[in-house]
Amino acid sequence: MGLLSTKVTCNSHGQDSSYFLGWQEYEKNPYDRVMNPEGIIQMGLAENQLSFDLLESWLDKNPDAAGFKSAGKSIFRELALFQDYHGLPAFKNALVDFMAEIRGNAVTFDPDHIVLTAGSTSANETLVFCLGEQGDAFLIPTPYYPAFDRDLKWRTGVEIVPIQCSSSNNFQITESALREACEEAKKRNLRVKGVLVTNPSNPLGTTLSRDELNLLIDFINEKNIHLISDEIYSGTVFSSPSFISVMEILEERNYHKDSHPDVWDRVHVVYSLSKDLGLPGFRVGAIYSENNTVVAAATKMSSFGLVSSQTQYLLSALLGDKKFTKKYISKNQKRLKRRQNMLVSGLQKAGINCLNSNAGLFCWVDMRHLLQSNTFDAEMELWKQIVYEVRLNISPGSSFHCTEPGWFRVCFANLSQDTLNLAIKRLKSFVAESSPSGAHHSRESSKTRSLTNWVFRLSSRVREQEER
Amino acid sequence: MGLEIESNHLLSNIAVNGKHGENSAYFDGWKAYERDPFHPKNNPQGVIQMGLAENQLCFDLIEEWIRNHPEASICTPEGLRHFRDVAIFQDYHGLPKFRKGVANFMSKARGGKVKFDEDRILMSGGATGANELVMFCLADPGDAFLIPAPYYPAFPRDLCWRTRAQIIPVHCDSSNNFKITRAALEAAYVKAQEDKVNVKGLLITNPSNPLGTTLDRETLKSVVQFINENNIHLVCDEIYAATVFNSSSFVSISEIIQDMEFCNKDLIHIVYSLSKDMGLPGFRVGIVYSNSDKVVNNGRKMSSFGLVSSQTQHMLAEMLSDDDFVEKYLAESSRRLAQRHSVFTKGLEKVGIACLPSNAGLFCWMNLRSMLKEQTLEGEMMLWRMIVDDVKLNVSPGSSFNCLEPGWFRVCFANMDEETVDVAVKRIQDFVGKETKKPVKGKNDQGLNLRVSFSSRRFDETVLSSPQMISPHSSAHSPLVKAT
Repeated sequence: MGLLSTKVTCNSHGQDSSYFLGWQEYEKNPYDRVMNPEGIIQMGLAENQLSFDLLESWLDKNPDAAGFKSAGKSIFRELALFQDYHGLPAFKNALVDFMAEIRGNAVTFDPDHIVLTAGSTSANETLVFCLGEQGDAFLIPTPYYPAFDRDLKWRTGVEIVPIQCSSSNNFQITESALREACEEAKKRNLRVKGVLVTNPSNPLGTTLSRDELNLLIDFINEKNIHLISDEIYSGTVFSSPSFISVMEILEERNYHKDSHPDVWDRVHVVYSLSKDLGLPGFRVGAIYSENNTVVAAATKMSSFGLVSSQTQYLLSALLGDKKFTKKYISKNQKRLKRRQNMLVSGLQKAGINCLNSNAGLFCWVDMRHLLQSNTFDAEMELWKQIVYEVRLNISPGSSFHCTEPGWFRVCFANLSQDTLNLAIKRLKSFVAESSPSGAHHSRESSKTRSLTNWVFRLSSRVREQEER
Repeated sequence: MGLEIESNHLLSNIAVNGKHGENSAYFDGWKAYERDPFHPKNNPQGVIQMGLAENQLCFDLIEEWIRNHPEASICTPEGLRHFRDVAIFQDYHGLPKFRKGVANFMSKARGGKVKFDEDRILMSGGATGANELVMFCLADPGDAFLIPAPYYPAFPRDLCWRTRAQIIPVHCDSSNNFKITRAALEAAYVKAQEDKVNVKGLLITNPSNPLGTTLDRETLKSVVQFINENNIHLVCDEIYAATVFNSSSFVSISEIIQDMEFCNKDLIHIVYSLSKDMGLPGFRVGIVYSNSDKVVNNGRKMSSFGLVSSQTQHMLAEMLSDDDFVEKYLAESSRRLAQRHSVFTKGLEKVGIACLPSNAGLFCWMNLRSMLKEQTLEGEMMLWRMIVDDVKLNVSPGSSFNCLEPGWFRVCFANMDEETVDVAVKRIQDFVGKETKKPVKGKNDQGLNLRVSFSSRRFDETVLSSPQMISPHSSAHSPLVKAT
């Protein structure tokens, strides 16, 4: 009889994956322009650090929001006491307006249908608690965010069955892939409760096409299952095609909430301010659903992870400033686009291509031609080389459950322009030296060999960082 | 409702089984308050909220500190330089200075008699999140925890709803001032085994909600011996630790196990929060402190689901590291609570109402047994309805705390100003005066239906099922909630 729960003893939190091991190495030897110029550059962190100056200047001009004041009067005690799981109305109103603005106002959101949660980590888990249980499964297109294995499965008991996507069609979701995933679920004796997509995609950096969205809606209607659309990167779309939310598709199909309530009852959106505004520390997530039962249940569940009232208040003021949000969204997207271009063209000069992307804080980089063999072992070898010799912490595709070896996610918005240039330079040198002449074989140091052992020996004191 | 049935297929059991417990009659009083809230000027005849265990007595001290420390905010000119580092900080280990500050505060609240290791401090979404997190770590679906009753009404939600664990109440009564006895624990444990229920641990709240009492040294030792002998966990919810009127009278579980060498420390876990001691429920600062490495490591990963906002961590890190402030705050807070408690209980004593002798908490456990028409649950409910509807006080009936002895009511006194306390006390005095003088029949003349059975006290279903349902922490009358 175990003293602790099986959740704790079975390691299903998923944090032993290789995805987190690169972090360890980075933590041991982090790059610093002055103190450690030979250190490892962190490119595994999907953070948006490009637009803090815009937020800081807003704060500078709006001292009231900062100082617990409303029209000069202190509201500290009201905020300190405010723990209503319905959330601060001013904040919800500002948030839904912001979400609508990001979608070019093609969709509007009802603040009474928003549930606030402690980050999208909590939003995703809460939604799954509401929709599924042990014996159920959600279908998710690969490659997908590694922490879904923890967020969606760990405490809920729900399973994930992958919808296999491939580079042959730029990793788009196909009908046959959907059906195969259903078959797979059946084989595993799992009842499919829904599909979860991330749009824009992490790690691909692409938005779902109109065709894919329509395919998904048809599919969930046929099976009478849910669709969860994780849209936390919706504000990071920097070039065409523009972002289409699943909600827009429902509107386009004239699925009015009165005539087709059942469809609206099965489509849910997850949002967060961690990527679009670069505020992951504030823990601001949201679930949006037109299904009243889901909203009611999720609202009660949000008790386990409400957003700090102090933070709700600050953000209600920030997002309530429409002039600011308009400027922010536009400037932020421009900066992201410039960064992405830098990385893409830099990599091209090194003979490395990226999946064509129009969103996100990262590129999905094709290094298949650099693999010794078309295997995941070879991908691991290449990854170790990149971490230890090139000294870049990038994320191997296998940690995203990609079916094809050789793809890597490389982040570009969490470091300075200079550091990005340096990273590109290092990669260029590496590729040049690793030409078919076999130069890189001889460079395989004993350090790399001992790494093979190390990588599979899990250290107990891991300073893992939370990220997406 | 047809849609409900459809939904049941489509949604999980947890989403529709009502085990969140928010349909209980406990919330009827809230409705009455929401409809007719007391205000000294605008609505002096309104219902006074005495069902909310909030600590509103020391905001001035905190506000003063914030005013004098603009650098603790990341938004002021003085603190803006920290903005981006704080905004980006989502490490589930939490800001080191924040953890240090919490460890420091916890230690001082226990008179410095124990020290806490900041590396064992985990964050969670308030104590609500902390309690659930601990259960996810210790219990599998179907496993049980023993909990002395009366206990906090939201425990079924926090500990059982999504974890699917179960609570086995260990009923206490006034024959020994509701003390927890070794015999009662043994009996409950043995019965669980007979029923083939797997007991994983014992959860105690110390100081107690709703009793307002602290556990004495002997009881604590006995509890530790009990769990140790049976190799089950002990979770101590100490969220009211600093509400003890005289801190030297509070014995924390940490102090007890310091001297119990034979005890398996891996079994001892503490739940804490700043919601009661500092009156900051809106900031969602929940803490899990465990002596078990495994629980700390896994619990830390689980805390991803309810981390404390880094903005809040940063501010509190500064505040709780200020030893001068912390010491002053703890002393003054205790003093004000003690005074408030005294005013209230003395006022009740004048009309012969006794409360359980208590030394902590934001409430009293009021004994109205002599006023019951019948010593039954129905009798308690009848009296309660009168108190809410006629006396216009929202107090909490003992049954909502799973108290089997009818006639007890929890009355909160720290969520209002002095004048309101006086009004409340006076109303109780008038009510008791009336009740002891008038013949019982007189009540019917006032058009009251006394034949109210518990089962008919159904909460308005439509109110609950719509998104506008009343939450246990409804804020309809908060100035932060606007009409739009």
